[in-house]
Amino acid sequence: MVYFAQIGAALGAGIAALAAAWGIGKIGSSAMESIARQPEAAGDVRSNMIVSAALIEGVCFFAIVVCFLVLFV
Amino acid sequence: MPKAFINKGNFLILVLFFGLFAGVPAQAGSSDLASSSSDDAHEQEQSGQQGLDIGEVILGHVVDHYSWHIATIGSTHISIPLPVMLYSHERGFFFFWSSHFDHGHSSYKRFKVAEEGPNKGSIVEMDAQGKVMEQRPLDFSITKNVAAVFFSILLMLYLFIHIAHMYRERGNRPPKGIQSLLEPVILFIRDDVAKKSVGESDYEKFTPFLLTIFFFILINNLLGLIPIFPAGANVTGNISVTMALALFTFIVTLVSGKREYWQEIFNPPAVPWWLKIPIPLVPVIEFVGIFIKPFVLMVRLFANISAGHIVMLGFLSLIFIFGNMNTYAGYGISVLSVLFTVFLTFLEILVAFIQAYVFTILSAIYIGMARAHE
Repeated sequence: MVYFAQIGAALGAGIAALAAAWGIGKIGSSAMESIARQPEAAGDVRSNMIVSAALIEGVCFFAIVVCFLVLFV
Repeated sequence: MPKAFINKGNFLILVLFFGLFAGVPAQAGSSDLASSSSDDAHEQEQSGQQGLDIGEVILGHVVDHYSWHIATIGSTHISIPLPVMLYSHERGFFFFWSSHFDHGHSSYKRFKVAEEGPNKGSIVEMDAQGKVMEQRPLDFSITKNVAAVFFSILLMLYLFIHIAHMYRERGNRPPKGIQSLLEPVILFIRDDVAKKSVGESDYEKFTPFLLTIFFFILINNLLGLIPIFPAGANVTGNISVTMALALFTFIVTLVSGKREYWQEIFNPPAVPWWLKIPIPLVPVIEFVGIFIKPFVLMVRLFANISAGHIVMLGFLSLIFIFGNMNTYAGYGISVLSVLFTVFLTFLEILVAFIQAYVFTILSAIYIGMARAHE
């Protein structure tokens, strides 16, 4: 039983990492495109990019917290 | 409602914390600890390789301690004792140096550092028979992290009082020395973070707060990367420290919230009425969001900094893992391992800046949300 919980938590952490990487990757790619189109807006684009990446990261942390709960509660 | 939620939040923090401690099986790091836990056959089976447990060593470098350990040469430990302040529920206050614990291997005045159990690493009290008591004494000790916070506060006070004096003396002449290092950063926080995110009209009121949290996080992140005393404590990778920082943002946001902010939470405009009165879905989500924002701020900083330290220590530990198998393998892997660690250190310098920036800009955005509609 314990091993199933561990497998579940590990899979959950892996899927969370995959999804967060996909989301942040999309943000990064579109930010690069918009900076290439409008180099003068690079500063604005960069700060908005970091904020949206941070929000996605927040959701990812929630997933990790749930994985911890699966493991230890 | 708020109290209940805070309790739930505390519970989550506890779970996270306990998870971190329990995540690594309690195995022995040094030889004298090994003898104390040798009766547990299962643990012995798990550790396998003669008393070398990398998980324990790495965790020991990341968590807080009662004394500031600097180096171990042979079998002599060089460490700086720190003051321990305790309030025992039966016997009153106690003040003594942490060197009396002999690096956690002996007890003093019926107190000792717990080596196992849920309070592992903290001071527990024993009754007259030498049995560990359930209730922990209240612990106000100056631990390694507290001492490191004091050091970074002194450093910040020196730096900023010094450059404030320089501005007063030099007037409008071009900046010089440390002034020219910090001026662009301060201007960046003021113009690109505070002015843009809090809002043009009242950003000046919040700039000192934003600058303080930015430089506190940045300086502690950078000090955490320097392995030599008096730097090297993992301050921003300690969830209590990040919780205190997030609480400051939380309180500033709540106190500076205007009428419109609260209206958007409890009675949001442009939301169908049946989502407010029979099923208060949107207000509940908005209300929980007030607490989730600082909670994520706390977890983000803690997780990023701790993960960085753990990965760096893991790469360095490769030397000892391979060296334990074969001395020459240890020598061979050390080149690669040191190169990786240097690379990761540079990456962590970048992360130190990014995390300080993200914490500050998100705090500014939350404050700006509470101050909107000027």
